Amino acid sequence: MSVERREARQPWILLSPALAAIALLLFVPLVFILIYSFWLRTATGADQIGFFLDNWQEALSDRFYRDILLGTLKIALITTIACALMGYPAAYFIARSRGNKAILLLLLMLPFWVSYIIRTMSWINILGVSGAVNSILLSLGIINEPIQMLYNETTVILGLVHFLLPFMILNVFVSLDGIDETLEDASNSLGATKWQSFLEVTLPLSLPGLAAGGLLCFVLGAGTYITPLILGGPTDAMFANLVYEAIITQLNWPLGSALSLMLLVVLGTLVLIYNRYLGMAQLMKGLG
Amino acid sequence: MSSVTLTDIVKRFGSFTAVHKTSLEVPEGAFVTLLGPSGCGKTTTLRMVAGLLDPTEGEIQIKGRRVNDVPIHKRNLGIVFQNYALFPHKSIAENVAFGLKYRNVSKDDTKKRVSDALELVQLPDVGERYPKQLSGGQQQRIALARAIVIEPDVLLLDEPLSALDANLREDMRVELKRIQERIGVTTLFVTHDQSEALAMSDQIVVMSEGRVEQVGPPQEVYNTPASEFVANFLGASNIVPANCMGRDGNTFVFETETLGRIAVPADKAPKGAAAGPAKLVVRAEKLQLAPRDTPADGAVSVDAIVETVDYQGQAVRYFVRAGDRQLQAINMIDERPFAEGAQVSLRLRPRDCAVLPTI
Repeated sequence: MSVERREARQPWILLSPALAAIALLLFVPLVFILIYSFWLRTATGADQIGFFLDNWQEALSDRFYRDILLGTLKIALITTIACALMGYPAAYFIARSRGNKAILLLLLMLPFWVSYIIRTMSWINILGVSGAVNSILLSLGIINEPIQMLYNETTVILGLVHFLLPFMILNVFVSLDGIDETLEDASNSLGATKWQSFLEVTLPLSLPGLAAGGLLCFVLGAGTYITPLILGGPTDAMFANLVYEAIITQLNWPLGSALSLMLLVVLGTLVLIYNRYLGMAQLMKGLG
Repeated sequence: MSSVTLTDIVKRFGSFTAVHKTSLEVPEGAFVTLLGPSGCGKTTTLRMVAGLLDPTEGEIQIKGRRVNDVPIHKRNLGIVFQNYALFPHKSIAENVAFGLKYRNVSKDDTKKRVSDALELVQLPDVGERYPKQLSGGQQQRIALARAIVIEPDVLLLDEPLSALDANLREDMRVELKRIQERIGVTTLFVTHDQSEALAMSDQIVVMSEGRVEQVGPPQEVYNTPASEFVANFLGASNIVPANCMGRDGNTFVFETETLGRIAVPADKAPKGAAAGPAKLVVRAEKLQLAPRDTPADGAVSVDAIVETVDYQGQAVRYFVRAGDRQLQAINMIDERPFAEGAQVSLRLRPRDCAVLPTI
């Protein structure tokens, strides 16, 4: 075998374990789900094998699904924006701090050591009827009976921000940390104020991290069902809750499959559009 | 009028004093170099002029205006950083035009000044490219163009050549000096490279451990070093302990153990030189090795043995033993160098000695 051919093969050899895992654990199940989505659940509860478009028709024409899908995207978007606004300054602070950077990063990782479900449920102890906030307000005599703060859209967003903020901070931190600080000095020396230097130099150079963090927050946020399950009210279901409901509660695998594929296609399309316009390839240009 | 004036500047970081009480004047249009080893305070001094560091004590004036409390973006300085610090997300033209954006320069004017600046650094056709597409030397030129296009009051250069490889560095040295002379901008240059300092400067400020050791034109600093540190830092020198016997007409007579009796012309000795212990500076390239049987022609002549030969191409550096002292000599090679162990005679013209001021 020639050297060139061996070198051409090497990337594939290195990629093969990952490719095998993706094929087996992602692609094959997706094909199953696709097949499932064309089956039909009959009134007896048995699945009828065949090629039926009923599930797709229901998923695509029922306003109920469309509204929840739009609501889900809205919540994911608000969460992403909140994470960006809160995460960027934090990431900037960590990237520019001297000496204790490692400790700050460790603190950032700390929440990951506790299960996401437990972290989400902790809000019940804080905002619940007998939670910390109500107890304090009651004991101070500011209120006479507990306020219902939980189980609405706001607490769902709160829970999602709590869950997703570290992802945003980490992504932004990595790109900020890679920016040479003398670039800001150079910008200052040429007449730009600190704020102008930030807008002209630091912010554009950190956009790849912000874009990556935003994408991650949006996709993870739009695909979650645990947060609305724990912190949302009966009307705050997100799209993934419908999938959960169809498959786990109603045992309607064909409909659940069609719904989950629908979410996959919508999110996938959004990612592609995002890449096209906020294109990361575009942002990376010039960075070599 | 001087362009930059430092008056009793002190910089402390906690309990560490990076720059001791220092005063310095950079004349209008001059090329002044801060020269010293790393940690000598030269970069700290430059950064204080730039406004990137605040002096702990003292006053900084630029063009007669006190700038201690003037933020960096209002100082009108052009800074070239060691790592170029070009904006990677902006094209070369945008990089060079950056400073003009904050100076109310019209679009047409900006275009013209950018192309003039690129012309000046001999890279007229790279405006559309991005920094990463240029070589290190080209990036350095763009950094220079970006700094001078704003017509700064002072140009500050922080080891701008040290990231380049040796050949390119010498080309850029000539280029940088040409551009500086052409636009006549007052320049403060920081380097640890003595040959850069000697080749480019009008004035050299030699610094060591946060203090100024000597200020003067290159030839003066090189030929009559004011301290042992300066003598050793600029070129290779031998410091020979001597005893001054006093003045004899136009010469001072020194008695040395190693080189015998040397009558140094009076203008080579610092003012106020008097009898007593002293130190002579003998440049390595002024110490000539000769075969023992050749005439000395009025030069001081001492027998020595070659211990080490460090061949350098057109020159050779010898370490020789004369008495109980090792001396170094750098000689141009005529035919072939002396071999290790050769019995030679050291020749030194008395006027090639310098006398260190006794403190």
